Amino acid sequence: MQLTAEREHYLNASYGLKSWLLTKDHKRIGLLYLFTITLFFFIGGAFATLIRLELLTPQGDLVSDDVYNRLFTMHAIAMIFFFMIPSIPAVLGNFFLPIMIGARDLAFPRINLLSWYLLVAGGAFALFAMIAGGVDTGWTFYTPYSTTYANGWVIATALGIFIAGFSSILTGLNFIVTVHRMRAPGMTWFRMPLFVWANYATSLIQILGTPVLAVTIVLLFVERVFHLGIFDPARGGDPVLFQHLFWFYSHPAVYIMVLPGMGVISEVISTFSRKPVFGYAFVAFSSVAIAVLGFLVWGHHLFVSTQSAFAGLVFSFLSYFVAIPSAIKVFNWTATLYKGSISFETPMLYAFGFIGLFTIGGLTGLFLAALGIDIHVTDTYFVVAHFHYVMVGGTIMAFLAGMHFWWPKITGRMYPEGWAKLSALIVFVGFNLTFFPQFILGYMGMPRRYHAYPPEFQVLNVLSTAGASVLAIGYLMPMVYFTWSLKYGKVAGANPWGATGLEWKTASPPPVHNFDETPIVTHDAYDYSTVHGEEIQVG
Amino acid sequence: MQDEIDSPQHHVDSAGTYVAVLVTLLFLTILTTAVAYVDLGYFSTVIALGIACTKMLLVALFFMHIRHSTKLTKLVVVGGLLWLAILLLLTLTDFATRTWIGVPGR
Ligand SMILES: [Cu+2]
Repeated sequence: MQLTAEREHYLNASYGLKSWLLTKDHKRIGLLYLFTITLFFFIGGAFATLIRLELLTPQGDLVSDDVYNRLFTMHAIAMIFFFMIPSIPAVLGNFFLPIMIGARDLAFPRINLLSWYLLVAGGAFALFAMIAGGVDTGWTFYTPYSTTYANGWVIATALGIFIAGFSSILTGLNFIVTVHRMRAPGMTWFRMPLFVWANYATSLIQILGTPVLAVTIVLLFVERVFHLGIFDPARGGDPVLFQHLFWFYSHPAVYIMVLPGMGVISEVISTFSRKPVFGYAFVAFSSVAIAVLGFLVWGHHLFVSTQSAFAGLVFSFLSYFVAIPSAIKVFNWTATLYKGSISFETPMLYAFGFIGLFTIGGLTGLFLAALGIDIHVTDTYFVVAHFHYVMVGGTIMAFLAGMHFWWPKITGRMYPEGWAKLSALIVFVGFNLTFFPQFILGYMGMPRRYHAYPPEFQVLNVLSTAGASVLAIGYLMPMVYFTWSLKYGKVAGANPWGATGLEWKTASPPPVHNFDETPIVTHDAYDYSTVHGEEIQVG
Repeated sequence: MQDEIDSPQHHVDSAGTYVAVLVTLLFLTILTTAVAYVDLGYFSTVIALGIACTKMLLVALFFMHIRHSTKLTKLVVVGGLLWLAILLLLTLTDFATRTWIGVPGR
């Protein structure tokens, strides 16, 4: 498919700010999300930089303890609620889910635009709170501190998260209806790419979990503002109730962040080993299994919170079950590689990074699900290292894998492969240098959330800060060469990777309505016999 | 193609049914208020929640047309209730069992 200067596509079909701010095109909305979350990634990254600088020395010399509390709180809020939750679903899912099932758009294009505005509105509240002085409760808003004692911008921040939550719910709703109603002829459930399955499962969590977060924030609001006794024991409430409600959403939220990433990895691993994903149905169902099981384990965040010992046993036991579908995915990706025709393009390098780092993050999660070990390392850097391996080593690696994989499709341009490979390497090295020492620090007993620490922990902290600097360079590089490629990048054809998905059967960048004619699907996903120069059959 | 979706049935209840449901809902509201003035001890909560659930069912089944909806819509409703049950049940494994084998640290 030859790209000509005159060919109309979604980027050049109309111009001007209004054509973007009022667009109903899922592809443009995906890019609006990309700008928004990139902004929050750099805000969250700035807070992380200050945290790592403070921890360079044992003394609390750069910022006061109070400012430090605000820094780690706002780092988490920017990164979790305004970067990672919307990252893969709202950017890559928005752009590619409809195309991958052969649809012209999502089921509700206007609601899709509304969800972006809701994220922006929620983000504006959170940003206002950050600029006005911040909030120091930790991203978890534990009561009664958050409702009675904290003097930061608790309500403004919580309101921002509340509003952004509806963005997440509406995106999930849109994806579910789209998958049910908009599949092209021949696109049966078990021909859907695994990225679509992963986003479908994620959407289930967004719809079933996020309303509980909204309710929890409302309860926090009425206790803080109207002094109703819900969580404050002095007023007849129970502070542990807050933790139950909060983690009912926030444990599954981990899977909102990582499941779509797993979907990206399935696409990338298959494409660059030129083999169908091993055990397709198992990988598809393991997404749904993770979505469901993820709702049964939240109490593992409450092992030291005066939750009953019996509940601790139950939640510890149930937590192990989530490892099964996660392991199914990791083993099946590995089995996909077996005897594959593997090539090492940038997305594949990021995907390899994901598999290794997510596995470490997941396995240390099992340590933490074990009651005895958890009590030893609760609130230490071991926990910090664990969830950064899942979130940064997992989700962000997958996000970058996806961005590199689909960048030619989104923009019609190739990025410079050499620089991109270098960035993948730098990110991998920088990441491990940043977070592996934190496992050791935590095991040695360094508590999280303090701006000062005993001098014997300094060497490992210096390593970690050095790693963070390397990681920052690794993250800045794609920003630079992606931007460069928009003008100078080699023009990408319709299918630069020889991949199988429907998104590669339309032009790069795709036309406004994705396909000139509705595709008719005749093969399973990842059927490489369909690739060699064949055009999709149209009816 | 989308064979899992039943063809939507455009069945609409008669105006009389809607009026009957409305009257029942209003009656139950008055009943809730009235019961609030009577001290039934433990059963006050049970009765209040019982009335609330009945009203919820009436609204969902009639006003929200769940009664005549597709199987998929019914599945969505049941799923929502199931997740509410998960929230309540697993939270109660803590609150209801704090006296069984105790609470760590207490
Ligand atoms: Cu968890």
